[in-house]
Amino acid sequence: MSPGEFVSDLLNPDLAFLYKALLIAVMSSIVCGVVGCYVVLRGMAFIGDAVAHAVFPGLAVAFVSGGSLVLGGAVAGVATAVLVAVFSQSRRVREDALIGIFFVAAFALGIVVISRADGYAGSLQQFLFGSITGIPDRDIATVALAGLVILGLLAALHKELVTVSLDRETACAMGLRVFWLDLALYVLVTLAVVISVQTIGNILVLALLVTPAATARLLSDRLGLMMLLAPLIGGLGALVGLYVSWSWDYPTGGTIVLVLTAAFLLAWLLAPRQGVIARRRGGGARR
Amino acid sequence: MIEIEALSVRLGGRLVVHDVDLDVGAGELVGLIGPNGAGKTTLLRTALGLLAPAAGRVRIAGRAVRAGRSPIGYVPQRHEFAWEFPISVEQLVMTGRSGRLGLLRRPGVADWRAVAEALERVRMSELRERPVGELSGGQRQRVLVARALAPQPAALLLDEPFTGLDMPTQELLSDLFASLAREGRALLMTTHDLAAALYGCDRLALLNQTIVAAGAPAALAADPGAWMRTFGVGERSPLLRMLEAAA
Repeated sequence: MSPGEFVSDLLNPDLAFLYKALLIAVMSSIVCGVVGCYVVLRGMAFIGDAVAHAVFPGLAVAFVSGGSLVLGGAVAGVATAVLVAVFSQSRRVREDALIGIFFVAAFALGIVVISRADGYAGSLQQFLFGSITGIPDRDIATVALAGLVILGLLAALHKELVTVSLDRETACAMGLRVFWLDLALYVLVTLAVVISVQTIGNILVLALLVTPAATARLLSDRLGLMMLLAPLIGGLGALVGLYVSWSWDYPTGGTIVLVLTAAFLLAWLLAPRQGVIARRRGGGARR
Repeated sequence: MIEIEALSVRLGGRLVVHDVDLDVGAGELVGLIGPNGAGKTTLLRTALGLLAPAAGRVRIAGRAVRAGRSPIGYVPQRHEFAWEFPISVEQLVMTGRSGRLGLLRRPGVADWRAVAEALERVRMSELRERPVGELSGGQRQRVLVARALAPQPAALLLDEPFTGLDMPTQELLSDLFASLAREGRALLMTTHDLAAALYGCDRLALLNQTIVAAGAPAALAADPGAWMRTFGVGERSPLLRMLEAAA
């Protein structure tokens, strides 16, 4: 299918779901790209993965009871994020072990809940790997609003989040509320995951958080530039991924992830200073 | 400026330091020396207001210490910092003012001026655009000092600033610390580098759970018994030979 045909399909009122899927995929990629910069820089990829699992019981409950998926996922994800932030203040059990316990338990709960629903296998697959059909109009507004809130809060807390990410002890000594800042970041990651889960799926959403931000990191030594590039890469990846998946009838979530991964590999090879090729030529990093 | 009085601190139920009395006056550079596990880091953390004392008190500039309120800067060990973060030297130093700026406020002219002064003070102005990941060990240490100076504190606490640096870099830093003290700040630093401490500090305090001895370097060097008690070494230790040379 040519890009022109794709555009005409997008504008076709009978295929309105496609246009909605594109909107949601691009919006959530942009939000995940920005949030993902923190996830990548703070080494929180495991937390991102865990949050993605944790929203699952909320989605399952919402699905079984016919409630809002976005709301259900947000409640479950935030509740688990708070549990981990609270439990991780005790240093006896390390944070990664706690995450392993709580988030996988949440996922297990989701599987048990969704097994109560009719058409169990089909809906399970839809949750895990995403689906572009059946997105209600109100979800577009919800995702847009949630995305703006997430980006607004990140901008408001930017200075503090950077300070804490650089060195926690000194941030504490400056009087910053490190616990609350951690919690805020966990909650924002959770919300970004929740708004993305529908199109890309529970398992694959991690790629939206990590891959565009990691690609942007390869291309930039400036946080500001990285935070512009990551959403740009994510948004373009979503657009190209949806086009490819629509044209060849591939699963959408998986295709978007593969497009983003290809972009990452390209950057890894071709990045102007950090890339493999630049290094071979001796133009690599000064160290 | 830094007044530590009859201080005891418990960590996980264990008394880590007890009955510590230590004053650092304005214009003074004091070295805190002791073996691993002597409680140096615990003492620093308590002086920053990060740990609550079990007994005694810490006062900074005449008032009980409170993290974020007391005019005290902290220079952590270099490995505590995320050097791979994509941020420039200047931006890093600006984060030193995050606590003072407060939520939702962006840096203004006064903040940028303070950052420029701090960079000038550690002679890093010309590298202010450089990503922090590309700095050498000595440059990193200086940038951390600049971050601590950015909110213009009256006192500085430094944790092992010399560790892992070569001699010329140590000398440069020693000179910097001495001149920061001359300008009227109170500096307290922990160090394992006895030579730098003996020659660079105005006073030394030997710590092992409590202050074993404190005084001018020359006077302390003439008291090998205090060093033997602090470090748990015998009379034939090379440490004592070095002290003889310094005394």
